Amino acid sequence: MLELRDITAGYGPAAPVLENVSLTIAPGEAVGLLGPSGCGKSTLARIVALLHPPRAGIVTVDGERVRGWRHRAPRHLRTAIGITFQQPRAAADPRLRLADTIAEPLRACGLAAAAKDRTAELAEAVGLTAELLHRRPHEVSDGQLQRACLARALVHEPRWLVCDEMTSMLDASTTAALVATVETYRDRTRAGLLAVSHDRDLLTRWCDRIIQLPPALIATSR
Amino acid sequence: MADPTTLSTRAVRRYAAFGVTAAVLLTVLLVPPLTGLDQQLVDLSQKLRPPSWAHPFGTDDVGRDLLLRCVYGLRVSLLVGVVAALAATVLGTAFGALAGALGGWTDRLLMRLVDAFASVPHLLLGIFIVAMFRPGVWPVVMSVALTHWLSTVRIVRAEILSLRSRPYVDAAISGGASRWRVTVRHLLPGALPQAGLAAVLMVPHAIWHESALSFLGLGIPTHQASLGTLIQTGRGSLLTGDWWPTLFPGLFIIVPTLAIAGLAGLWRERLNPRRRSELML
Repeated sequence: MLELRDITAGYGPAAPVLENVSLTIAPGEAVGLLGPSGCGKSTLARIVALLHPPRAGIVTVDGERVRGWRHRAPRHLRTAIGITFQQPRAAADPRLRLADTIAEPLRACGLAAAAKDRTAELAEAVGLTAELLHRRPHEVSDGQLQRACLARALVHEPRWLVCDEMTSMLDASTTAALVATVETYRDRTRAGLLAVSHDRDLLTRWCDRIIQLPPALIATSR
Repeated sequence: MADPTTLSTRAVRRYAAFGVTAAVLLTVLLVPPLTGLDQQLVDLSQKLRPPSWAHPFGTDDVGRDLLLRCVYGLRVSLLVGVVAALAATVLGTAFGALAGALGGWTDRLLMRLVDAFASVPHLLLGIFIVAMFRPGVWPVVMSVALTHWLSTVRIVRAEILSLRSRPYVDAAISGGASRWRVTVRHLLPGALPQAGLAAVLMVPHAIWHESALSFLGLGIPTHQASLGTLIQTGRGSLLTGDWWPTLFPGLFIIVPTLAIAGLAGLWRERLNPRRRSELML
């Protein structure tokens, strides 16, 4: 069970983006997070992935309370939650080949021995050919890069997956392929899912239940 | 496209920068070992002769050939410039990466230290450092390196701070990467092109700094030719109308440093093609 209780979060000294938000994701459950731009969807996704410290509130992962964020979060909790981002260009290190992008989390955790087989296995699952794996991010399309980012998010066999606007930059067929990959993985592992999107139709088809965040607490400028 | 037979000013600048730098490097590396000429050869019958075919740059006050002295001087100045720039870049990159990657109190402490160093005028700090040692090449290298690493710290730190907020760093953290791993694998490789550019831009600065110290009589010992010592010894004859002992070493400072700065400008254009660059010093 992944549980967020009374989360308040924001950036810098500004007013909070989220106030007293609670959310629970059970194993095997798919939760959709819907809301207008600037309402804090991505912030909530980053809190769930232990990447943004909330100002107040409690996060527990399988009963273990999270006390540190980012590097300070214990490694076994970080790797238990995979995350994909909206823009694959920004989410992949431009200097790493796709194969290295996918294998990097394993190498970072001292599991380099397993990296090669695991990369090949995941590449097949997300539909990347061996030739594409040797390319760098600027040599592949957004869709192909997002496939690699999804493979990277799955490389540790996470028990939860956070998809932050994973498909909003992609065409319909790539979207369908990526969602199918996530569903195949979840059927096998009973992993929980938090899917963030502003696309209500997609979330209705994909998720068991949908949470609608209220419009922005802070005025969206620009 | 422009007419292919005429060169654009940018192409001219590119060829000039590459050509002059290559010529300088070849001269400095090949002339001393291959020609076997003695730069210290004194010929008092030939003292303070204006430029001629035998001595294209003229002779100095004890009749030494100035062209040869300039080549040897440039050799010393370039050595000081390149080694000092490399040392300053290594030092600056290490501190910048440390400050940028760790953030928080470490960052604040390191940057205040850098501010404190930077608040002392470069030349004054440099003079202080060379004054602690016997005159020679290495104290000058150290003096230049220790006064020039500060800008690299700021550049590398700023670059790393901007990279640190990229989603791929978030992804790496989420994948279980340690601080060290994120810094070495993702942040430093991203900041190195900027650090390299800073290093190339620093070479001319370092040469000027060396020349300034030597001109003040604090850097390279006077008998050893460096561009600064040449100008300093030539200064005496300037008042009597003998212009060549100062003009040619001066040109030897200006032309190579402009060429190296031009190369750095081209590199910067490649790093950031949207921002056209002029010569930046």
